[in-house]
Amino acid sequence: MAMSRDEVFEEVKAVLVDALGLDEDEVTEEATLMGDLGAESIDFLDIVFRLEKAFGIKVPREELFPAENLLNNPDYVSNGKLTAKGLQEFKARMPHTDFSEFEADPDVNRLSDLFTVRSVVNFVESKLNSAA
Amino acid sequence: MRWIWIDKFLEFESGRRAVALKNVTLAEEHLHDHFPGFPVMPECLMIEAMAQTAGILVGEARHFEEKVILAKVKQAVFHDFVRPGDTITLHAEIESIAPEAAGTTGRILRGDDLIAQIDLMFSHIDRNLAGKVFPEENFVFTDMFRSLLAGFVPSAGQESTP
Repeated sequence: MAMSRDEVFEEVKAVLVDALGLDEDEVTEEATLMGDLGAESIDFLDIVFRLEKAFGIKVPREELFPAENLLNNPDYVSNGKLTAKGLQEFKARMPHTDFSEFEADPDVNRLSDLFTVRSVVNFVESKLNSAA
Repeated sequence: MRWIWIDKFLEFESGRRAVALKNVTLAEEHLHDHFPGFPVMPECLMIEAMAQTAGILVGEARHFEEKVILAKVKQAVFHDFVRPGDTITLHAEIESIAPEAAGTTGRILRGDDLIAQIDLMFSHIDRNLAGKVFPEENFVFTDMFRSLLAGFVPSAGQESTP
């Protein structure tokens, strides 16, 4: 049976509360994983493992968090900012993510702000829908 | 020298689960200070013992080709003290394993009594996200560690001679 968006959010919230040792009210859709919720790189893998278990889906890490592989490409990054081509590539790789604010100043240091709870919920939803 | 906090393996199922045993003794000098008149095995060393049990399990699953480093203590809950004279068994299972990392669940028992639940995450550090390069030799799995597996895994504990 298909899960509603609220149900997906609640399950994602439970995953993040356990993985990052949070209080439930800290996990809002807008919260950024690194900035607001304090996630570090190993936590991302922990979150991936937990999402796979909680939702019974397969999560290739580079699909949910593709940034690392792309940042080494000089076509995509110039003077610490994403190039037009880079931005296009990130958007294509991360369809579950909202780039509207980021586009105004595509500083690579702000990339981490893209990883919000909402983007994770969107990602899981799209995975569940494509599996259905 | 490396501190080894398990004495031997009792069971070892490659890529799945392992059980190790440790005898706790007053010959371990730190117990005299932890605490004076009330010696108990420090909880942090129980985490280390579990990390060694589960870490060897994770390492063997990839034929010791990865450098397996404890990256995160997901959970560590302790229910009772471990005292000199106790024999504890460490039960570790691989929950998830991927090219970059592995997650394990574990329990420490004394007889049938649950002493601790310790869930860990290990990183395969040569596949770290930052692209940092580490020395080529596998400094994690030294001969001492691998010799613990003698009798369970073919070729463990003996270096091949040219």
